[in-house]
Amino acid sequence: MGFEALIDRLLKGDTRAAARLITIAENDIGAAEEIINSIYKHTGKAYILGITGAPGSGKSTLISTLTNIFVKEGKKVGIICVDPTSPLTGGALLGDRIRMKKHFTTDNVFIRSMANRGQLGGLARATEDAIKILDVYGCDIVIIETVGVGQSEVDIFRPAQSVLVLLVPGMGDDIQAIKAGIMEITDIFVVNKMDLPGADRKVSDITQMLELSMSFKYDYENLNQDHAIVHKWTPKIVKLNSKTGENFDNLLEIINEHKAFLKETGVIENYRLNRIKNETLQILKHKLTRKVEGLIHSNPQIDEYIRLVMDKSMDPYSMANLIIKLLGIE
Amino acid sequence: MSENRRIKVLVCKPGLDGHDRGAKVIARALRDAGMEVIYTGIHQTPDDVVNTVIQEDPDAVILSILSGAHNALCPMIMEKLKEKDIDDVLVAVGGIIPDEDKPFLEKHGLKGFQGPGTELKEIVEFVKTNLKR
Repeated sequence: MGFEALIDRLLKGDTRAAARLITIAENDIGAAEEIINSIYKHTGKAYILGITGAPGSGKSTLISTLTNIFVKEGKKVGIICVDPTSPLTGGALLGDRIRMKKHFTTDNVFIRSMANRGQLGGLARATEDAIKILDVYGCDIVIIETVGVGQSEVDIFRPAQSVLVLLVPGMGDDIQAIKAGIMEITDIFVVNKMDLPGADRKVSDITQMLELSMSFKYDYENLNQDHAIVHKWTPKIVKLNSKTGENFDNLLEIINEHKAFLKETGVIENYRLNRIKNETLQILKHKLTRKVEGLIHSNPQIDEYIRLVMDKSMDPYSMANLIIKLLGIE
Repeated sequence: MSENRRIKVLVCKPGLDGHDRGAKVIARALRDAGMEVIYTGIHQTPDDVVNTVIQEDPDAVILSILSGAHNALCPMIMEKLKEKDIDDVLVAVGGIIPDEDKPFLEKHGLKGFQGPGTELKEIVEFVKTNLKR
């Protein structure tokens, strides 16, 4: 099946074509491949902002308020909200959109809900595809809201140019702030619900954490060996109230500062390089997994190996090496 | 194109009606039946509903109305969908829909009309068997 007609409409900024192409990319990875193949050369114009944080920390509300500002600036905004799929039934309840009611009829705002369909890491398999489709659709900014995360769902740092992590007062102490994972991929810390007690405490916990671990932040050294000088971004902290919009001017200032940093230091080039590497790796993993799964269920040679492992004449590592040989990719 | 297709449903409440328990129960039941359900809640205008349909591209829309405004709101929504050339989405309405209003709503392309007391599995079945794509 060809998608030329839909892609032509997408290139002209047709909203329904964008929506339908995202559906197709979600449902069929083969079709996604075909779509991205045709539109990839048109991508790269949008600024990609990732928003992550615990469930209930106010991600959707923050996006809604931030979108007000972007729209007033005359920007076209695409929003992708990822929510979890039930591991039991495969169903999902996508409830982020409800926080963005204000923008259901705003011109130049496109909101799309997405179930993660079992993918760990905070995003869905097709999120990368949807970002590209919205980029080509003409969005100046694509905002991605991850599922409500715990500590180790860090996939958002791959597609996003700036990663914003939401925290709320009263959740976790200073030890939480020095743990590995999500705290390491953050460009901008947002302490939301600043009217609640403990907001200043939260800000000071993060400040201290940053002072402790400055040298680990944004380590681009092994990401691009060609660059002699490695520029490091010092993560910023802002406390605000997403419901009232208080302190959003600060947030916007910091976002712009980070954008300027990426551009002026050339770090944006490292970002692009890494995004391509990571994305290709994801695609390869997906493709190879399917290939191996197919092989395991159909190849009599592998049944033979399994019997050998059961008899203890072989171990699982050796069997894995033999399977890699069968795939011919050693 | 159906390697990993999931049925996607929009559940919402158009108009000035705050009684959302039924809509939430339906949303939950469809979720448990393996569907992807977008819930946009109360006080939706016809434009809100139509724009959400355009952007989210669902297979079905379930409108829940208990306020008595169905004869005004439903035709407006259908009209606006038609204006946008959207004809491959199942649009159903449930809630308190008197029998004498059903032919009028059917004429405008609406289906369903399930009221309080309907078995959830009946609603799941209804959605599965009435999809247009």
